[in-house]
Amino acid sequence: MEEAAAARVVRCGGSELSLRRAVFSADSKYLLCVSGDFVKVYSTATEECVHVLQGHRNLVTGIQLNPSNHLQLYSCSFDGTIKLWDYLDGILIKTFTVGHKLHALFTHAHAEDSVFVTINKEKPDVFQLVSVPLPRTPRQDAEAGEPRLVLDHISPSPKCVAFGGQGDYVAAVRDFYLSVYFFRKKATSRFTLSSSENRKHAKNNFTCVACHPKEDCIATGHKDGKIRLWRGFDDERKYTYTCLHWHHDLVMDLAFSATGSSLLSGGRESVLVEWRDAAEKTKEFLPRLGATIEHIAVSPAGDLLCTSHADNKIIVIGRNLEACAVIQGLVRDSRVLTGLMVDPRTKALVLNGKPGHLQFYSLQSDKQLYNLDIVQQEYINDCGLVQIELAKAAFGCFGAWLATVEQRQEREGALELQMKLWAYNKKTQGFLLNTKVSAPHEDCITALCFRSADKSDVPTLVTASRDGRFKVWVLADDSDIYRKAEGWTCDFVGSYHKYQATNCCFSGDGSLLAVSFEETVTLWESDTWELRSTFCQRAGRVRHLCFGRLTCSKYLLGATESGTLCCWNLLSCALEWSTKLSVSVMEPDPHSENVAAVARSSGGSDLFVFKPSEPRPLCVQRGVCSEEVLWGVFVPRDVPEALTSEALQWLNRSQFYFLTASQSLLTFSSKSPEEKLTPTSKQLLAEESLPATPFYFLLGRHRQQRGEQTDGAAESERVQLPATENVPAVSELLHTPAHVLPSAAFLCSLFINSLLLATEAPSAEGMPEDAEMEEEGERDSSEEEEAAPEKAQQAGLTDGGPGGDEAEALRQRLSKCEKELRKLRRVDYSWVAVP
Amino acid sequence: MAGYKPVAIQTYPILGEKITQDTLYWNNYKTPVQIKEFGAVSKVDFSPQPPYNYAVTASSRIHIYGRYSQEPIKTFSRFKDTAYCATYRQDGRLLVAGSEDGGVQLFDITGRAPLRQFEGHTKAVHTVDFTADKYHVVSGADDYTVKLWDIPNSKEILTFKEHSDYVRCGCASRLNPDLFVTGSYDHTVKMFDTRTNKSVVSVDHGQPVESVLLFPSGGLLVSAGGRYVKVWDMLKGGQLLVSLKNHHKTVTCLCLSSSGQRLLSGSLDRKVKVYSTTSYKVVHSFDYAASILSLALAHEDETIVVGMTNGILSVKHRKSEAKKDSLPRRRRPAYRTFIKGKNYMKQKDDILINRPSKKHLELYDRDLKNFRISKALDRVLEPSCTIKTPEITVSIIKELNRRGVLANALAGRDEKEISRVLNFLIRNLSQPRFASVLINAAEIVIDIYLPVIGQSPVVDKKFLLLQGLVEKEIDYQKELLETMGMMDMLFATMTRKESTAASDGLLENKRIES
Repeated sequence: MEEAAAARVVRCGGSELSLRRAVFSADSKYLLCVSGDFVKVYSTATEECVHVLQGHRNLVTGIQLNPSNHLQLYSCSFDGTIKLWDYLDGILIKTFTVGHKLHALFTHAHAEDSVFVTINKEKPDVFQLVSVPLPRTPRQDAEAGEPRLVLDHISPSPKCVAFGGQGDYVAAVRDFYLSVYFFRKKATSRFTLSSSENRKHAKNNFTCVACHPKEDCIATGHKDGKIRLWRGFDDERKYTYTCLHWHHDLVMDLAFSATGSSLLSGGRESVLVEWRDAAEKTKEFLPRLGATIEHIAVSPAGDLLCTSHADNKIIVIGRNLEACAVIQGLVRDSRVLTGLMVDPRTKALVLNGKPGHLQFYSLQSDKQLYNLDIVQQEYINDCGLVQIELAKAAFGCFGAWLATVEQRQEREGALELQMKLWAYNKKTQGFLLNTKVSAPHEDCITALCFRSADKSDVPTLVTASRDGRFKVWVLADDSDIYRKAEGWTCDFVGSYHKYQATNCCFSGDGSLLAVSFEETVTLWESDTWELRSTFCQRAGRVRHLCFGRLTCSKYLLGATESGTLCCWNLLSCALEWSTKLSVSVMEPDPHSENVAAVARSSGGSDLFVFKPSEPRPLCVQRGVCSEEVLWGVFVPRDVPEALTSEALQWLNRSQFYFLTASQSLLTFSSKSPEEKLTPTSKQLLAEESLPATPFYFLLGRHRQQRGEQTDGAAESERVQLPATENVPAVSELLHTPAHVLPSAAFLCSLFINSLLLATEAPSAEGMPEDAEMEEEGERDSSEEEEAAPEKAQQAGLTDGGPGGDEAEALRQRLSKCEKELRKLRRVDYSWVAVP
Repeated sequence: MAGYKPVAIQTYPILGEKITQDTLYWNNYKTPVQIKEFGAVSKVDFSPQPPYNYAVTASSRIHIYGRYSQEPIKTFSRFKDTAYCATYRQDGRLLVAGSEDGGVQLFDITGRAPLRQFEGHTKAVHTVDFTADKYHVVSGADDYTVKLWDIPNSKEILTFKEHSDYVRCGCASRLNPDLFVTGSYDHTVKMFDTRTNKSVVSVDHGQPVESVLLFPSGGLLVSAGGRYVKVWDMLKGGQLLVSLKNHHKTVTCLCLSSSGQRLLSGSLDRKVKVYSTTSYKVVHSFDYAASILSLALAHEDETIVVGMTNGILSVKHRKSEAKKDSLPRRRRPAYRTFIKGKNYMKQKDDILINRPSKKHLELYDRDLKNFRISKALDRVLEPSCTIKTPEITVSIIKELNRRGVLANALAGRDEKEISRVLNFLIRNLSQPRFASVLINAAEIVIDIYLPVIGQSPVVDKKFLLLQGLVEKEIDYQKELLETMGMMDMLFATMTRKESTAASDGLLENKRIES
């Protein structure tokens, strides 16, 4: 049996949701958005991810509904392909290969057989808008036709290109000019803003463009916060524009409502502005949306709109400007100061979220669980402001306590430092602020750690600071006769020759505290706070410090800035071994003796997994990623895996996640890519049908086999079930008092008819309405024809044995129904085809 | 989306005594009225009936004072020797007192001469009390005996000779006419039942008992003696419930607050302590000028009267709450406007839509929410805010600084407004808790208004004042540094062994200093 020699590095979730504008389905039930290499389908009502459309091999850069069939979706990607999806079932229908890197995708109702994409052909910064004809072939993979140039020198951002509502022009903006291409005339008009040329520091660059769906009107957003509405642009001399100004910073995106009666705009103020009738006076606001609005999208039905935000969030907003759903992914802050942590209760990954917040992110469902507001202050989004940063956080006492440190340092001003201690409240299932310590130290806090102790011990916290001290905080009783209360107080202040304290760490049993003071590591007894011993290697400041776990608890590991990894034996108080390794992340696994160290080398970052007691590392993996690894953490697995390969054994109990400098969250997977790609939806279906008990494994397979044989019988059973519940006529019949009903003979045929129609109608609606899959559609209808007589017979039996001729009549009536139904469906299609 | 988050007002812990409901309640008294008596005030007793006069026993006289009178409204002075323990009957019409010569005298409060005289004790009678049925008097004397007297025919009914030392305190049950308690210098407190002719419960206090007190329910007994106050559960046969040792000297008197929730004890260490009767923790304490011998609370705790060894009677009246009513009350909307629509019962098919409740915001928060920064600053620079709650002003200045608009908010002010800012700076700049924020603000003010200096004499004067303040502060800091240097030297001379401990101590000191 072969096994993979080494674990693969995989990107795990947390992709950006707000890279491109989200797209609503035609009935506003689903919201589609790009997410890394995937397209995600969310339900707008429940905020749940319904499907993940997987298939692209690189970043997906654009999605649009198919204008000729609104149940299909086009997507384009950096891998040079355009894919057509059935997003309701999550099926890939077709793939068109274009060959260039595709930056944006546009579709238009009047150009059914072609789509528009943004590509760059020659120079890296010259982008072109081209139209790509898509051939009509039954094959799954097809070469797209030769692209035809529409507009040259455009901006790569899809916000800077917009198609006119009637499809007769396309508008594109870049820098200081707006160019409009008319399809009929096949000509381009170009408009420049007059002031932009004269003034050197004029900030009226175009940032985005939107076209009115009905009228000939183009709205453009500018860097100085103005919105211009252009009219009469078909004549290069007679054009006019009006100006709307509310934003004080650049306009990030613009969108017209579905009917064009109002214009929506958003920017860095994180306020959604609705301009009614495009007038300056009548505007409405939805403030405090949390972060910069990146994109605004409006549903085709016009009842919903959504804003994508810089903090990886999509807010679905009703027409009355009320937020009704929030889809929140992993917030990518540019500075993850707290590092990665694992909440012991929820097993969620915890790190910096929105400014001043701590986010709890579920790794399993790639969803943010909740945000804990640490700073609790109004967030003012303005460039150049020094915000209060959440600098450090630590969990303690099995998740019962959370300590956070926030700081704000102006360039020359004094440091504002605050430490907060949060207690977990079982009733509200959240953290409540317990103690607030302002200015716990005189300088930045460099490390924070709780004593991992038994429940009987007093919770203890140690903070190490650059002011040369470490402080021990204990939970003390603060209650009097009026209330019961407990709060944290400072118990001990320690220092060592006034060196800066750089790190601190408790041993596994909580009996020893190690504090590193620049180059020296000091060991303190945690009962009496007495200095026991010091280690000094003269190899640079100690950056990382950790105790060995379990059988290796007699070892203390330290990594210095100058690139030395040392291991001290605490029993002999001597250096056990040391090696040259410039460690950037060192994390002990809480469930085993293993320690993972990520080192920086010329070819990227290397991972070393070792036991402190053994001279040889368990696993060495060179070049796990090309950039610097900032933080790492071991997340315990719920179910231990049984990997026998020596190089993978360290992944049995926990999984190692790490965060790189470009904010991507990576992990190691031992599974092959195919295994990893099995859609979770399938697994879910199997689980839903039967609970996975031992009995299931014994009998479930058997039943599946038998189920195939007795398919017909099962189907007839299925028919009866919905009939009595769903059809209003039947329910009415059953709930009306008997004495007011007409005679049973009169009702009988009516009743049966209603039964038949009711079971057919939903299946017809639910069928994939696919014009291109005609063969399949035919097969479907033939199946129905086969099934229908059976149902009719079934209904007849329940009725109490009607004569043979009656059954015949029924059959005729049924075929009539069938025809009607067909008609209905045809009507349906025509309605669908009209956008 | 999340609503506006109000500005967090930084709170600073108040050093010293914590403000609790009790401190507020017990501090809500006017300055004491001092009345000089002829000798040590051994007993103060309030009449249980209106108008709540009180009898003060001092030397050989008993003075009756009205609640607000500073002169006695009546005096009983028919005693040959020192009088003791003038006590009102439950209906407030009779008064009984013991005396040094062994006599017990009963007075009608309207009359002058004693109604009855009970002769039988051979030594000084220090404690007398009426029983619950109002027709008997209990007395305890230095001849170790406790006697029960009948008022109508002034006869001795019973004599208990169970104590082996002076009987100095006693108390009759308020519920049962047959029960009473006496405390003696033989360290015991005994409960007697007149139906059995002997004590039914006896507890050992461990110290000469100075005062006893029965709770209104009769279930708990409090005894004071030595430095201890002890609480006994009589229903469990005299089990010690709690022993309190909060005084430095002998506890001389006990008293219950009118609600029964608080117990007061007075002591020779010149303190009155207030205990909670649920947790028996000290919740408040009063200081007096001399050793306290007697203590009484009026109906509804309206008055605290304390008698001291130097013959001074200190009377404290509760502050009246009439002041609040004197303000004309603003007419508020009728009650029905508040419940409008709230009491609507949901019908079967109704969909109830609740209007989101509006969060109350302070005025400065409302200004900040709408980015009216100058107005917000103006609001918190009002004298009413700067004097009472300077921390709010500082918090708003800090918030404006965080938003990067402090300079904008401070700019463009006229003479009156800028002098208001400067006044605030002068008043609070040197306070360590505000210094970091205000120094920054002061720098901005100086930067902005430097070009116009010399135009207004008022503002110039304020600037000079500020300068003087800063100079003074610098000198002070210098002195502090010098002191610290001296202390460092002292600690450096200590032995090597203690160096770690010393450095910790030093750190502590430094923190206190800073």
